[in-house]
Amino acid sequence: MIDLDDIDRAILRALGADGSLNAKQVGEAVGLSQPAAWRRIRRLEEAGVIRGRRLVLDRAKLGFGVTVFVGVRLAVRGRLDLEAFERAVTAIPEVQVVQHVLGVFDYRLRVVARDLSDFERILRRRIMTLPGVGAVESNVMLSDEKDAGPRA
Amino acid sequence: MQSLDDIDRRILRVMQDDPDLAVADVGRRAGISAGACARRIDRMERDGVILGRRVEIDRRALGYAVRVFLRITLDKIAPRAFDEFLAAARALPEVESIQTLLGRVDVRMDVGARDLAHYQEIYRTKILALPHIAEIEALMLVSELKSTDRLPL
Repeated sequence: MIDLDDIDRAILRALGADGSLNAKQVGEAVGLSQPAAWRRIRRLEEAGVIRGRRLVLDRAKLGFGVTVFVGVRLAVRGRLDLEAFERAVTAIPEVQVVQHVLGVFDYRLRVVARDLSDFERILRRRIMTLPGVGAVESNVMLSDEKDAGPRA
Repeated sequence: MQSLDDIDRRILRVMQDDPDLAVADVGRRAGISAGACARRIDRMERDGVILGRRVEIDRRALGYAVRVFLRITLDKIAPRAFDEFLAAARALPEVESIQTLLGRVDVRMDVGARDLAHYQEIYRTKILALPHIAEIEALMLVSELKSTDRLPL
């Protein structure tokens, strides 16, 4: 784990707010020269603090009107073959997030769909048919608030 | 907003796979000229289809090893339960994201902590102090097998 100072954290906040900023703009935001900002960004990337950049698209404008969080509990016999389940679930293109968790569920998924009937199709044909699936619970997302960057 | 055609979707697929790619390379992979590609990307940015780029920050590398997803049912008998709960939750720096849901639970939140002792302290002193909670369930992250914003275009 690398040690971060206040300037590193300011860089992460600036990039968290706008990931398209280049080294010069980041430098201006935090009071560094372009080469100094570039070196620090490089260091954060190499240490794995910055994992990469993602394109942010308007889901609704592209026809994906529904995001659903799905909790999956495996059937007792399904626990024998976690790998088969994991391989199959990560391969579903509509499933954006797969997390192995401890608690009332074994896995947590985030699924995008065009609408509720499209989600029903994905749920019935792709998720309920996965190897080892026991109980499934779906909660449709109504609103999403995200933090711009780490405050700590 | 102008409706999107197959070439637009091809451009978005390329950009989703590699957001750092130069416009000329996006065009080459999508099979169009750099100029045509730049015009289409400009148009999609103007129309708000492309909202921007986001940097993915690894909170574990920042020393936040514990991540807990809380699933919360609110006491809806209280008027303004949602608004008051959300306003209080938003003010907690340890709460990294909040979603309101339609289903068995009303709200879910991501909470980050340095370790289990730190999490326990946040949970006891801050989370349980939030107003109008009827029921609360916690899922603790063990590992993340897939995490993408990619849309199946």
